Amino acid sequence: MTGAAAATRSIRDLALADLAGLKARHPEAFAGSPGRRALAIAIVAAMAGLALFAMIWFDFSPLRIWIGLHRLGDFAVMMFPPSAGGRFQAFLTALGETLAIAFLGTLAGAAIAFPFAFLAARNVVKSLPLRFAMRRIFDVIRSVDTLIWALMWVSVVGLGPFAGALAIACSDIGAFGKLFSEAIETTEHKAAEGVAASGGSRLHQVRFGLLPQVLPVMASQVLYFFESNTRSATIIGIVGAGGVGQYLTELIRVLDMDQVAFLIIMILITVALIDMVSTRLRMALIGTSMVRR
Amino acid sequence: MPSALPRLPDRQAAALIGAYRRSVAARRNRTLVLAAVFVVLILLSGHLAEVRPGTLVSNIANFGNYLAKTVPSLSVQSFGSDVKAWYWNFPSWLKLLGETLLISYLGTLFGGLVGFSLCFLASANLVSNRWLRLGTKRLLEFCRTVPSVVFALLFVIAFGLGPMAGVLALTIHTAGALGKLFAEVVENIDMKPVEGLSSTGAGWVQTVRFAVLPQVLANFTSYSLLRFEINVREAGVMGFVGAGGIGQEFLVAIRNFYYTDVSAILLMIVATVITIDLLTEQLRHRLTDARGVA
Repeated sequence: MTGAAAATRSIRDLALADLAGLKARHPEAFAGSPGRRALAIAIVAAMAGLALFAMIWFDFSPLRIWIGLHRLGDFAVMMFPPSAGGRFQAFLTALGETLAIAFLGTLAGAAIAFPFAFLAARNVVKSLPLRFAMRRIFDVIRSVDTLIWALMWVSVVGLGPFAGALAIACSDIGAFGKLFSEAIETTEHKAAEGVAASGGSRLHQVRFGLLPQVLPVMASQVLYFFESNTRSATIIGIVGAGGVGQYLTELIRVLDMDQVAFLIIMILITVALIDMVSTRLRMALIGTSMVRR
Repeated sequence: MPSALPRLPDRQAAALIGAYRRSVAARRNRTLVLAAVFVVLILLSGHLAEVRPGTLVSNIANFGNYLAKTVPSLSVQSFGSDVKAWYWNFPSWLKLLGETLLISYLGTLFGGLVGFSLCFLASANLVSNRWLRLGTKRLLEFCRTVPSVVFALLFVIAFGLGPMAGVLALTIHTAGALGKLFAEVVENIDMKPVEGLSSTGAGWVQTVRFAVLPQVLANFTSYSLLRFEINVREAGVMGFVGAGGIGQEFLVAIRNFYYTDVSAILLMIVATVITIDLLTEQLRHRLTDARGVA
């Protein structure tokens, strides 16, 4: 052990002692290519310049940062000890509402996206314009944030969790449409060919050749989105679309930091639980599908 | 051609058919139970989320009307001036859109830097101290689980209204998300260069610089670009809580029922998000191609 250490030490010492000689004998090992180096420096300089410009525009003055950090420190002190302030029951109900919004929204989004995904899949629909149109519609729906959807639905069905569920459903249609159609495109066509060979119609091919292959994949994606939608649904109340976000906004505005901390801890625990359950279910789903194949 | 399929004796056939029916029935029962649980869950959450199908049906026409009202009146004769009237506030909106893009740029950059400096501490193959590693992992998890809008709400009070709060909120969330992804990349590297360097007596920082970094940099960049895409969307709504960008203007337009403004701003946001998506996709493909050659 010590022998080996001494050996490496001596190699290193030798190399360091003869550094000038090594540089002279192997110049290519020390110098990078000048063109690439110049490009790297230019990119870094451009990024730093843009960042500096933005920071000046946004007024990132040291004084402002100092004052802000000071206030954040005060908030952190006010957060301890976290307490529900006698509103534990109300918080629980709001959390339940959040979960319900995420659950219904995900489910409705998946149910609506399901038939349309087939229209966007290469191996189901041969017409290029139809497929292209479906894809672009999904893209547009996906590029609008959930909070924006929530804002629009609030103006249609009024304040409350119903608007939130509709918002989650809307933004999920775009994502599910894309993911589902990709899942359909990666299926094996042998099963569908077999159905066709035994006289099945186009619909039969989809039902008995395609669906058994894609359903487990889709179910796993739906579960994954339920997880992430639980997070989205916690903030959707900021625009009045129900759930725990409404409390969060109010409590932060009136600086009830101990209750804020309590509520955030409740959210973290809920999200962790949902993650755990859904990971288990996803494993089970994909596992059984592998066995069945 | 006479059919010559041999028939099983009736007793054996009956046993097989019975077994088949039983297994089908068992599966059907399981499906029914699952369906029942599902229906109960739907009803329960329908009650909690105050779902009113009646309201939806009677208001779905409202939604159509709402969309119809946001469509500006454009005519062929006066197309130019119509568009001008629709986008009456274009310069100011464009500036806010630029602000939104810069918020996501700064948030991604700062968050990426923080995630970069923390990811090596969270990697099992580089850090043997269990507490340091798990501590870093929990910290990253906290940063990405609390929604960025919540941080924005806090920062707006601490640092004042404006884009700075949005940048900081995105920074924290991005650090959590990218730190986790980066750490996963680092945990999957080829360890031979690391062993080679440490055998020549290199320190921890030198090992990371010369053995780990060249392997992971392309992946890191690709993930950062992906995060930038997501952050552009998030920065678009930061204005809802007063944290800068175009969101504030959009909120005002919706709350005050300035219908054509809603469609004008929304179109700008959608166009920007899709453009950024396409651009970063191109860049990412180029990155992965370059890595494949090297």
